[in-house]
Amino acid sequence: MQNLKQHLIDTLLILAIAGPFTSLLLALVGASPADAFGHLFSGSFGSWSKFSRVLNVWIPLTLCSLGLLYAFRSGLWNIGVEGQLVLGAVGTAGVLRLGVDAASPLLVLMLALLAGALLGSLWALLAGWLKIKGGVHEIFAGLGLNFVAMGIILWLIFGPWKRPGIASMSGTEPFPRELWFPMLEGWRVSPFALALALAAIVITAWVLNHSRFGLNLKAVGHNPRAVLLYGLSPQTYLLTAIIISGALAGLAGGVQVSAIYHRLIPAISSGYGYLSLLVVMLANFRLLPIPLIALFFAALNVGSIQLPMMMQLDSSLAGVIQGACVLSALLVFGLRRLKKGADG
Amino acid sequence: MQIELQQIQKSFGRVDVLKGVDLKVEAGTIHGLVGENGAGKSTLMKILTGYLSRSGGSILIDGQEANYNDPAAAAKLGIGMLYQEPQDFPPLTVLDNFIVGRDNHPDNRREWQQRRLDELSDQVRFQLRGDDLLERLTVGERQQLEFLRLLGRDAKLLILDEPTTGISDRQKERLFAALQQIRDQGRTILLVSHKLEEIAALCSRVTVLRHGMVTGEECAPFHIPRLLELMFDKAPVNSVQNRPQATGKALLTFENISANGERTGLNACSCTIHRGEIVGLAGLSGSGQGLFLRLAAALKRPLEGQIRFHGTTLNGRDHRTVKRLGGCFLPANRLEEGLIAGFTLVDHFTLAMSCSESTARVAASAAIKKFNIRGTPDTLVESLSGGNQQRLLLALIPEDANLVLLENPTRGLDLASAEWVWSYLRSQYSSRGTVVFSSAELEEMLEVADRILVFFDGRVVRDLPIGQVVYRDVAAAMTGY
Repeated sequence: MQNLKQHLIDTLLILAIAGPFTSLLLALVGASPADAFGHLFSGSFGSWSKFSRVLNVWIPLTLCSLGLLYAFRSGLWNIGVEGQLVLGAVGTAGVLRLGVDAASPLLVLMLALLAGALLGSLWALLAGWLKIKGGVHEIFAGLGLNFVAMGIILWLIFGPWKRPGIASMSGTEPFPRELWFPMLEGWRVSPFALALALAAIVITAWVLNHSRFGLNLKAVGHNPRAVLLYGLSPQTYLLTAIIISGALAGLAGGVQVSAIYHRLIPAISSGYGYLSLLVVMLANFRLLPIPLIALFFAALNVGSIQLPMMMQLDSSLAGVIQGACVLSALLVFGLRRLKKGADG
Repeated sequence: MQIELQQIQKSFGRVDVLKGVDLKVEAGTIHGLVGENGAGKSTLMKILTGYLSRSGGSILIDGQEANYNDPAAAAKLGIGMLYQEPQDFPPLTVLDNFIVGRDNHPDNRREWQQRRLDELSDQVRFQLRGDDLLERLTVGERQQLEFLRLLGRDAKLLILDEPTTGISDRQKERLFAALQQIRDQGRTILLVSHKLEEIAALCSRVTVLRHGMVTGEECAPFHIPRLLELMFDKAPVNSVQNRPQATGKALLTFENISANGERTGLNACSCTIHRGEIVGLAGLSGSGQGLFLRLAAALKRPLEGQIRFHGTTLNGRDHRTVKRLGGCFLPANRLEEGLIAGFTLVDHFTLAMSCSESTARVAASAAIKKFNIRGTPDTLVESLSGGNQQRLLLALIPEDANLVLLENPTRGLDLASAEWVWSYLRSQYSSRGTVVFSSAELEEMLEVADRILVFFDGRVVRDLPIGQVVYRDVAAAMTGY
């Protein structure tokens, strides 16, 4: 109860800092903050079709954020999540390409998602392995691998996987409808993809907060020296954590390919990897706020598409608000820590 | 420069570390300061160099009362300190390090500074090249550079804290020659050491500290037994009893072990520890005891040699092997190395027993009763007191353990807790297991150990069954005699 109250106060404080800051910026460029926030809201929650677009962003964002949580628990900064997402998309697209005329499209789709998760986790394993065997900090390894992943996807789209005749930024040849993520009549978001994300939330909540593995992982993150005395190998846990992190990011990439774009495009990640880092930071590395924050961020992303048309404002306003929220959150959390340190 | 400390006092909270220390160092002399661990040497040095403020007393420089309260002010007055660990910048060159902090010197050209470095280094016959990267230098060479920096800043009083730890014999000779040379130029040197041999070779006077008080001051030539008597408490009467000798099987053997770490490392250490023994690792802190324990626990790997536990060689194995065979290690830094901050008692039992939370909760509750831990199963370990953290660590030792390795097990504990810890260990392990522990308190060791290994400078210099221990002799061995 005490905790809940504190989280509520934190949230209000964050909004109390980020809100006026963004309004001030809008006022400076001569736009009405009320109008802008109104358009952001109506653009994301104004209709079922708009809201389903928000959910389509929420799914990969949540998957990536959940994955990051495993890495953070073990003390790792998996910046490579962006590249793992991209490689996941490549893995899924690769299998879908092979399965174009297969007898059982559903099986192909499942294999494709599996391949996405696998490739994402391999990409993550590379960063983890570089850290453990090569002493390369995971932030540098991850950042480097992100660029390599970008190179790979561009090479595929403009090289081996290019559309017959034309290679362009618009991506590969779209996959046939049978290989799309199953939809329901009248839905713009796949309920199965939604179920996948919800399942990931439930499983992650159990693993991190109630399983022995989760406790061990947290112990490794808190004090890698002491866990040796408890017979745990920190390296094994670090690798496992980053592999799970990569698998979830890869799955997010797979969803992007099979449920949203139905082909591989250069911007397949939509920057959701990096955005999920912000989500997790804003959630203060806790699980429960993640779905809500991811929804908030997804709404901002989708709602801001309205801004150029309605108000001649650039849609990057979404990024400004997201950034302002995260900075305010870090400030609020930081001040709380300082105060606690001064009291203790 | 003559420096005089009058009635210097320092307390941390309710603990009096210095209880009125008088010390007078005459200009142009090398003065020694000795004392065992915890005597207050470091605190006194930190007050002298301005890192700590004093609770009482005054400092006189050349008869004038000096009031300064930060290191920069002390440096301006001509007080410089050579620390045990070089305080420098390894990625920079020798010359850069020499210049650092002297940017406002009137002549700031590199050529001039280089000439100055060369001059000074010729004077005391060090061979340092200005363009060498510091990280390629040995600890001894880095120390030489620090020494030159102090000379370059015209330090008139040089304080040296254990300056020969971790440097080669040749470098030690050079340093001693340099010290004598700058003394003859009129500089004043205060040498802090527990190596009495070095004190005897260099100093004209020596002051002995014990428990925050000056217990004596002696002039050269020194009578070493007299110094030891001043340094260490009198041997407790009847403390050394003839306890039954252990005749159990060999449990842990070190065969010619050498390893890096802890400044001194460990050199060619061989010994066998038997079932049923309580073995004390004596020595001044950082002489290799901690390294010995970590090697036995397979938390560190030796460079050379073989360690066997229950006949299994530990080469290439990690702590899990030791744990499986019944060994466990309790570090001195309980919260840094032994417990996990942010975790509750229940969490720790879940980890240690790898069991379910409900089983762990039962175990935690039982342990709180049995070990008299002031806390609940859901208390975070960082909010436990030091004594209770130690009780928790003891409670986490698996029931079937047969080798318990403890680093300073009673550090920071009050007398009652310390006694409790020992009575517990004795009742648990005297019949079926082996206890190996290090301690800074020689008295404690004589009271509880069956056998004592004395460490000095990374070597085991004595291995004595308790019946053969002569208090004075162990104290001498700890200081290199």
